[in-house]
Amino acid sequence: MIVETGHYALILALALALAQSVVPFAGARLRDASLMSVAAPVAVAQFLFVALAYGALTYAHVVSDFSLVNVIENSHSLKPLVYKVSGVWGNHEGSMLLWVLVLSLSGALIALFSRAMPDLLRADALSVQGLLGAAFLSFILFTSNPFARVANPPWEGRDLNPILQDPGLAIHPPLLYLGYVGFSVVFSFAAAALISGRIDAAWARVVRPWTLLAWICLTLGIAMGSYWAYYTLGWGGFWFWDPVENASLMPWLAGTALLHCAAVMEKREALKVWTIFLAILAFSLSLLGTFLVRSGVLTSVHSFASDPERGVFILIILVFFIGGALALFALRAGALPTGGLFAPISREGALVLNNLLLTAACATVVIGTLYPLALEALTGAKISVGAPFFNTVLTPLALPLIALMPVGQMLAWKRGDLLGAMQRLRAAFALGVVAIAAFGLLYGAPSLSVLCAGLAVYLLIGGVSDIAQRAARGASHASVFLRLRGLPLSAWGTSAAHAGLGLTLLGLAATGWGVESIVAMRPGTNYEVGPYQIAIETVAARQGPNYTETYAAMAVREGGATIAHIEPAKRFYQARRTARTEAGIATLGLGQVYAALGEPHDDGTIDARLYYKPLVALIWIGALIMALGGACSLADRRLRLGVARRAPIAAAARQATQAAE
Amino acid sequence: MTRKGKRLALIVGALAALAVATGLVLSALRDNIVFFYSPSELAQKHVAPGMRLRIGGLVKEGSLARDGRTVAFVVTDRTGELNVSYTGLLPDLFREGQGVVVDGALTNDATFRADSVLAKHDERYMPRDVAEALKKQGVWQGEKGAQK
Repeated sequence: MIVETGHYALILALALALAQSVVPFAGARLRDASLMSVAAPVAVAQFLFVALAYGALTYAHVVSDFSLVNVIENSHSLKPLVYKVSGVWGNHEGSMLLWVLVLSLSGALIALFSRAMPDLLRADALSVQGLLGAAFLSFILFTSNPFARVANPPWEGRDLNPILQDPGLAIHPPLLYLGYVGFSVVFSFAAAALISGRIDAAWARVVRPWTLLAWICLTLGIAMGSYWAYYTLGWGGFWFWDPVENASLMPWLAGTALLHCAAVMEKREALKVWTIFLAILAFSLSLLGTFLVRSGVLTSVHSFASDPERGVFILIILVFFIGGALALFALRAGALPTGGLFAPISREGALVLNNLLLTAACATVVIGTLYPLALEALTGAKISVGAPFFNTVLTPLALPLIALMPVGQMLAWKRGDLLGAMQRLRAAFALGVVAIAAFGLLYGAPSLSVLCAGLAVYLLIGGVSDIAQRAARGASHASVFLRLRGLPLSAWGTSAAHAGLGLTLLGLAATGWGVESIVAMRPGTNYEVGPYQIAIETVAARQGPNYTETYAAMAVREGGATIAHIEPAKRFYQARRTARTEAGIATLGLGQVYAALGEPHDDGTIDARLYYKPLVALIWIGALIMALGGACSLADRRLRLGVARRAPIAAAARQATQAAE
Repeated sequence: MTRKGKRLALIVGALAALAVATGLVLSALRDNIVFFYSPSELAQKHVAPGMRLRIGGLVKEGSLARDGRTVAFVVTDRTGELNVSYTGLLPDLFREGQGVVVDGALTNDATFRADSVLAKHDERYMPRDVAEALKKQGVWQGEKGAQK
């Protein structure tokens, strides 16, 4: 009964989504306020119905209702509760339902938190959002119904893929989807602006928090996914240039470009057309990612059962929305008013350069991901484009971008002073050079790692010194503190995000200095891994809720003293008769010792991969700090109140300081 | 600079960035592409030793031999066969009779030296390349356990 209610709620949500896409749009064209006002409550109602459906599916998974195909194929009565709940999105149908849930949530949030925006913009944006909802709800209902029943329910389910039975799964997909689908809001607003032909700084102020929110979630989602891959796949890697990973990197790159470009538009009313284009691009790439993952064109742990019918359906949605938006862009962009002027050496100029490099990087990822698919479709030849390609292409694009980041941050709007900016970066330059020397002496080759580490330190110090120098203009300690507090949160956000990238880069650079060894370990014997020794204390078996595992208790020693214990294991899941490696990881400072088990031998030894990874934790800590920077910017009052109200106060303050000086 | 001049500079800058990116992509694609073949396709292609390749097929039953940490096995698509050697830990799902994808290059004596081995046994997660190679050879065992 609950399941049928969920199914019915999903159908009602589709009807509401259709109403949401048609009625406000018509209202906006007829300038009929009552028709336009339909949008908001319908968007909220659509969200509630999708949430009801989602709740019903979760209920079926939790109580192990094996009359549902979806539950049979992806659950098991002995599976721990947390994986019953997260297993809802560990399969094709459920993950699409989560996608739509997030989509309708975004619609509801626009409806609830946009009272200050012009009615026309709001109605059009909600109507586009409704159209997206209708497309994906029909996709679910017509090709991927999660509520399908079977006539003869079996006693037991087939269990979730063991790789997905991990706390990582509980967090990674929802965050990633919040990021992907969060860009739908920006897309809807871009389409709305193109439909009405009106766009100004107010539009950018409406859109920027949404971009930030989506960007924060995407950053966290990608970082989480990479850490998950790192500790579950058991070979110590954290990024494989898998097409599915690229699918999340593409919107991230476009979203990062959009974030910076929207800042130009908000402050200076310049680059409007480009901002609109990036807004369309970011969500288009999210859609492309969804298509790649959900259509079955690609294979990986991310793509579940493949079915050509679904692929075609998503392709139609993809072509309709991306093609439609780009056609609208081509028709209307010429008519959009052009914005403010700026000198090439200025904050705007630096951000244009940032956008050029980011979009170029994004384009290369798109090409590297789609080229093998296109080649196979056209010639039948099968190729794989992997890490060597992406490393070769992205390094020369990323390094200049990173070198320019602190400079851009130091430049003034409209007309900047390059020499002054360089002077303010003296400390960063100097420490960067010191870092190159220090890391060179400490670790040596590869030289790319040394160079990147120097660049990372320069970026880190550059990000921090902007804040420090702005505060240091105060005369006494008290005024320095006051200045620190008085700095806009968005300045803190920029510095934190840039410094976070510096930390991540340092962690990435340090991968070049890692140590890997594969050994047949004899219990009781010490094996060297970097500065540490690892020894197996015992090997034993134990029983988990739905698996059995063989684990090796290992001691990590440094100079004879045991400093950590790890328990790498090999698990065997009975329901799917599948094995899975569980890595043992000890975090020591910012570095990690990582062990994964292989096959045991007859002579009592057991194969193991042992790694020492210096500074590796910085990769994810940096990403967290980037997201924190985004959150700082999001909390900035100006974004919520609008510049107009603050501008007179700021002007008055500026006059006061000028008078004082 | 005039508005027109600036716009021109911007467009030239964008085109320059685009040109650099295109150049990078093309040269990287030329050097870093890896072709995927089944053992029988490989036999027809006469690939030079040392060229990086990706081979997919089944691990032939009874062909697995271990020598310390070096393993040798035969990858087959039921028409062609290829001797593969690999030093390292085999993945969890590696088993005789199951699908496998190996990355590496041919050595001079026509064995394939793999530096990575991927295995997936659940056909839902089987590399599509392998599934297709098997379908082509007519040994695909179908969607066991009725997906959908």
